Amino acid sequence: MAERMGFFTDTTLCIGCKACEVACKEWNDVPDDGFVFRATSYDNTGALGADTWRHVAFIEQDSRWLMSSDVCKHCTHAACLDVCPTGALFRTEFDTVVVQSDVCNGCGYCVPACPYGVIDRRERDGRAWKCTMCYDRLRGGLEPACAKACPTKSIQFGPLEELRVRAEERVERLHAEGMTEARLYGEDPDNGVGGAGAFFLLLDEPETYGLPPDPVVTTRDLGEMWRWAGVAAFGLAGALAACFLRRS
Amino acid sequence: MPRRRDEMVPDAEFRSYYGQPVIKPPIWHEPHMPTYLYLGGLSGAASTMAAVARLSGDRRLEFSSRLIAFAGGTAGAAFLVAELGRPERFLNMLRVFKTSSPMSVGSWTLAAQGGLTAVGAASAVTGVLPLVGDAASLASGVTGTLMATYTAVLLADTAVPIWHEGRRELPFLFAGSAMASAGGMAMLTTPRAQAGPARAATVLGAAVETAAGAIMERRLGMLSEPYHSGKAGRLMRASRVLTAGGGLLAAVAGRSRALTALSGLAVTAGALCTRFAVLEAGRVSAVDPKYTVVPQRERLDAGRPASVPGR
Amino acid sequence: MAECHPVGYQWVMEARERGAKVFHIDPRFSRTSATVDRYLQIRAGTDIVLIGALINHVLTNGLDFREYVLAYTNAATIVSEEFRDTEDLDGLFSGYDPESGRYDTTSWAYEGDTGKTEEMSEGDPRHAEAAGSDSYGARGAGSTATPPTDPTLSHPRCVYQILKRHFSRYTPERVAELCGISPEQFAELAEAVTANSGRERTTAWVYSVGWTQHSVGVQYIRSAAILQLLLGNMGRPGGGIMALRGHASIQGSTDIPTLFNLLPGYIAMPHAHRHDGLDHYLDREGGDTGWWGNRRAYVVSLLKAWWGDGATEENDYRFDYLPRLTGDHGHYATVMGQIDGKVKGYFVVGENPAVGSANGKAQRLGLANLDWLVVRDLMVVETASFWKDAPEIETGELRTEDIATEVFFMPAASHVEKEGTFTNTQRLLQWREKALDPPDDCRSDLWFYYHLGKLIRQRLGGDGIDRPVMELTWDYPEEGRHRDPSAEAVLREIGGVDADGRPLASLRELKPDGSTSCGCWIYCGVYADGVNQAARRKPRGEQGPVAPEWGWAWPANRRILYNRASADPEGRPWSERKKYVYWDAEKGRWTGPDVPDFEEDKPPSYRPPEGAKAQDALAGTDPFIMQSDGKGWLYVPSGLADGPLPAHYEPQESPIRNTLYGRQSNPARRTIDRPENPYNPPLSSRFPYVFTTSRLTEHHTAGGMSRPLPYLAELQPALFCEVSPELAAEVGLENGGWATVVTERTAIEMRVLVTGRVRPLRLGGTTVHQIVMPYHWGYGGGGLVTGDVVNDLSPIVLDPNVYIQESKAGTCDILPGRRPRGQALLALIERYRHG
Repeated sequence: MAERMGFFTDTTLCIGCKACEVACKEWNDVPDDGFVFRATSYDNTGALGADTWRHVAFIEQDSRWLMSSDVCKHCTHAACLDVCPTGALFRTEFDTVVVQSDVCNGCGYCVPACPYGVIDRRERDGRAWKCTMCYDRLRGGLEPACAKACPTKSIQFGPLEELRVRAEERVERLHAEGMTEARLYGEDPDNGVGGAGAFFLLLDEPETYGLPPDPVVTTRDLGEMWRWAGVAAFGLAGALAACFLRRS
Repeated sequence: MPRRRDEMVPDAEFRSYYGQPVIKPPIWHEPHMPTYLYLGGLSGAASTMAAVARLSGDRRLEFSSRLIAFAGGTAGAAFLVAELGRPERFLNMLRVFKTSSPMSVGSWTLAAQGGLTAVGAASAVTGVLPLVGDAASLASGVTGTLMATYTAVLLADTAVPIWHEGRRELPFLFAGSAMASAGGMAMLTTPRAQAGPARAATVLGAAVETAAGAIMERRLGMLSEPYHSGKAGRLMRASRVLTAGGGLLAAVAGRSRALTALSGLAVTAGALCTRFAVLEAGRVSAVDPKYTVVPQRERLDAGRPASVPGR
Repeated sequence: MAECHPVGYQWVMEARERGAKVFHIDPRFSRTSATVDRYLQIRAGTDIVLIGALINHVLTNGLDFREYVLAYTNAATIVSEEFRDTEDLDGLFSGYDPESGRYDTTSWAYEGDTGKTEEMSEGDPRHAEAAGSDSYGARGAGSTATPPTDPTLSHPRCVYQILKRHFSRYTPERVAELCGISPEQFAELAEAVTANSGRERTTAWVYSVGWTQHSVGVQYIRSAAILQLLLGNMGRPGGGIMALRGHASIQGSTDIPTLFNLLPGYIAMPHAHRHDGLDHYLDREGGDTGWWGNRRAYVVSLLKAWWGDGATEENDYRFDYLPRLTGDHGHYATVMGQIDGKVKGYFVVGENPAVGSANGKAQRLGLANLDWLVVRDLMVVETASFWKDAPEIETGELRTEDIATEVFFMPAASHVEKEGTFTNTQRLLQWREKALDPPDDCRSDLWFYYHLGKLIRQRLGGDGIDRPVMELTWDYPEEGRHRDPSAEAVLREIGGVDADGRPLASLRELKPDGSTSCGCWIYCGVYADGVNQAARRKPRGEQGPVAPEWGWAWPANRRILYNRASADPEGRPWSERKKYVYWDAEKGRWTGPDVPDFEEDKPPSYRPPEGAKAQDALAGTDPFIMQSDGKGWLYVPSGLADGPLPAHYEPQESPIRNTLYGRQSNPARRTIDRPENPYNPPLSSRFPYVFTTSRLTEHHTAGGMSRPLPYLAELQPALFCEVSPELAAEVGLENGGWATVVTERTAIEMRVLVTGRVRPLRLGGTTVHQIVMPYHWGYGGGGLVTGDVVNDLSPIVLDPNVYIQESKAGTCDILPGRRPRGQALLALIERYRHG
């Protein structure tokens, strides 16, 4: 396996130009997501979904306007991949998570499984879609389209370990400059998804950006679920048996 | 992850992105998915009932149960296939077997259940290969227990707070509901004299379902709100009334054919309402960012961030 | 800048990362405001008050870079005693004629300068009509190389003292009262600008159409020029004033102009009544000192490029073949000519005036009154489809069956489907290759004009009137299956060749004797050594930060203009930190990482002999080599139509009284008083709100290139206005709902974005609400998203120097809900007109 690759999105450098959204769609041939004026600042895309793999959030606060380009987190423990019944989702040699659209049968199970609300089913073709971190470009030795298009290096692509080091340094520097609200989001390998392959430098609580503050991969608790289900299954058999026994 | 929330969070103040959902709601359609959940449960419990009836010698009840198990499984599979975005790729479900995917486990279970109940039903109806039919029916008694409960894992194994946090009780809710459904349906299709165990199953199932639901809602705390309000709340209340009423009726129906029929229909309707209520509550729970953000924020504020031990 | 130039903005972000302090001054809190150190919200149309106060701050506190100012600007120059300032005349300069609304600029001259201003001393209206100022500013018309000076700066009529008096009323209090910027905010800005100027540091200003599209637009830029000269920020690295252009290669289209009053290289277009022949024209158009003193070489080389061997000394190099001006042939004059039936045909190329120009209704009424119209664009833009879907069809003002205009739509090739150059705001020419052939009938503009020219020549005869066209050199090699003329051959012609056809290396090689030809003198050398210099792509990692081998900058590949000023008068760098171009005494040359914008071997000690001409008339200490005196002009003795110094005038439409002077608006502004172009009365309670138009990153100008693209249209699908929560509450507007904005021209509807980014301005006792509207929408244009036309709201009122419209500051009313349809819309406007 090649080195684990990832995104570090530094929102302090984001100028909200949405070049990432457009470049992503151009490269990956993602259809438009509808023409709806949402009246949510300059965001008319709303959220990540089957037809939006990069999404720039605009948050208007008292004296500042936060902008942040969201993307699939390519989790270490990826719920979408775990729960996919067909094997359409797989982990690549870059340790990213990708849907094989020729395998996906559109069961939609990955959709509510994702703790970040990233993957979604495209009703037009009945398949699940999300960011591939431009798997094809990566295989060709190129960086993902969004990172390539980002004019201000807000989206940085590279080996995840390097990005983590760079991000730590960046936060330290920002703190030293008085931006004590700067914090990393998703980079911690000990978090509920085992560390995100795409992590962020934020200036406010994650939920402000529409991100879950403390996401957890649902399959972490799968063993527990099966245990309870097993008890219930045995219970069902036992209870039914009892129904027959009682009579005799 | 806290096992128990110590107190309700009254109208918690929380921040979100224009009130938009953090996670995606389940995209499963109505009536497909809830009907499948019902039918799967029905089929599962019925096949287990058939197996037990075979062992206890209740041949008439066994006969009904085998047919119910087969009909429920087949109709359920049809609904499930229709639910897929690409139904023509249904067989991709059997491309791999993944224990990490309840959907995969469920698909294999459904496949086995469908095959076994088909053989069992065919043999019962035609009288051909009775030994094979019996063996298949007995085997489906085992897959049936899984059939009736795996759907609880299917829902719980998502990021939907009301499902994921209800993971302990959901199997009992569904098992009880399945048992009541199978009992009710068997009551309706079996001569009264031979339907005693089915009545008992209806009563017991309804009791388990009602108890599991109550316990779950209590333990969910603030997360259970969708079970109390809106469409899901109405469905849940209806389910309560129908299930409890149907169960009680089954207990007291005695010789009344009409009351028996009413009881069977009531628990069936109750079981359906339960499935619709759970799915709708899941949607609401996913769409309102409060249910995602508040518990997670509490976790962080309490200094107990989530982690994934041992993985 | 982040909004409209996100790619260029990366360098601002990088500068910030390296410690630069960035201010953003704008009526609108944009993506730029979100990413700078300090945002100052300003009332639209008041920037001269702010910059004037900065100038006053510098002058009263003695913060100017005195050595630079003394040596390199005209601060010490003494002005004619005829001159009267706005201080003396309550907002007017001397020479104003209230009848014509124009200035006779004679009295603005330097002392003792009679020069060649006799024509203008008659107040010749034709001069202003032909927008002569566009080219005069740089050519220093009528001025001399050595006007009288007072190096002590104490003479009451020296420029420095005039400046001091003129700007003394521009105080922080006035800034608060007119701009809405508090004294504290102003102090922070003033401190930052002055602290970051001088020997060790420089400050740069960046502006775009927010500064130009005003009835005082040119003077906005002038005020910044004064400030930058006083602080020593011109001709030095990290300094300057950067004009961000509105499209790719708009700079190119002023260099080789699509403007009616200019020939390539900012050479004035000859006038039918003022110029008899080449000598007469050259004699009148500009001074003999400074680089414009070489203009005969430039003009003759241009004529040689156009008429080749047929252009000889005997026939004045075919100077008489050039078209002549008779007055104002600018865009808005042309539109009025259309409405009046005087203009019959119209070429619209890559523009969409029905959406993009002020007073859209007047634009469309003009279009509807043509005999023929040619539109070349990527899409059938509104200008081409107006006859069926213009708003005037809906109101009944126009009827399709009555419109006789024959519309020819010519599909155009996109920038990836043709080769050629872009010239960016840094004057950098960058060649781009053709990636693929254009589809179907789409063709490049070069193809279009070349083949159109060929077809026209086939149809013309040998009449004398046809000869200018028949004798044009029109012989470019044709390439490919569409027989595209070779763009490289055109660039080669532009870059200039000698008599033997060898490419010229530099504009110094241009000759006045017809032995050289050059299509644009400032581009001379772009094909030096037979190499397409604009196609150079040496990565920045392989050369220094100035990157002289990436593309090619005019003139002569100089990356910073007037860079002689980056050294002190003796030729030494002002500081090690800001070292750039300096004098190497040993080698006897100017040197540094850039090409010196100076004669390379002219020593700092050079002093011009009596009677010297052109560059020889400038001293070794005169960096501003295009000016007749080699100085940076704090005060402009000639060339401007509305004053030698900037003065604040309110926009034509303003809810606020001008408290600086007794004159409300620019006395020399150009108004068009016609029924098609009514103005909101100033200070009108019917139109209490200020509106300004804007752009969004997601769209391109009038939308013809972005609304048809799903990936862009979905990002900003609807026209909207940005209003403050306070205004929303006052008027009853709902976020996400609809609003109707009304002016005397028309009313349009849009969605509402209520945002705290827009704040009501407290000006003294009054509160002013500003409404911001991006103007990218139109009624058709092949757009996936459509909307009303914001420019339909804007009046036509023009800056008197360059005839640009005032679309960045107007007044309006705003109502909740959608606008009335059809006749009811006209009725609404009627009600507003009659109060």
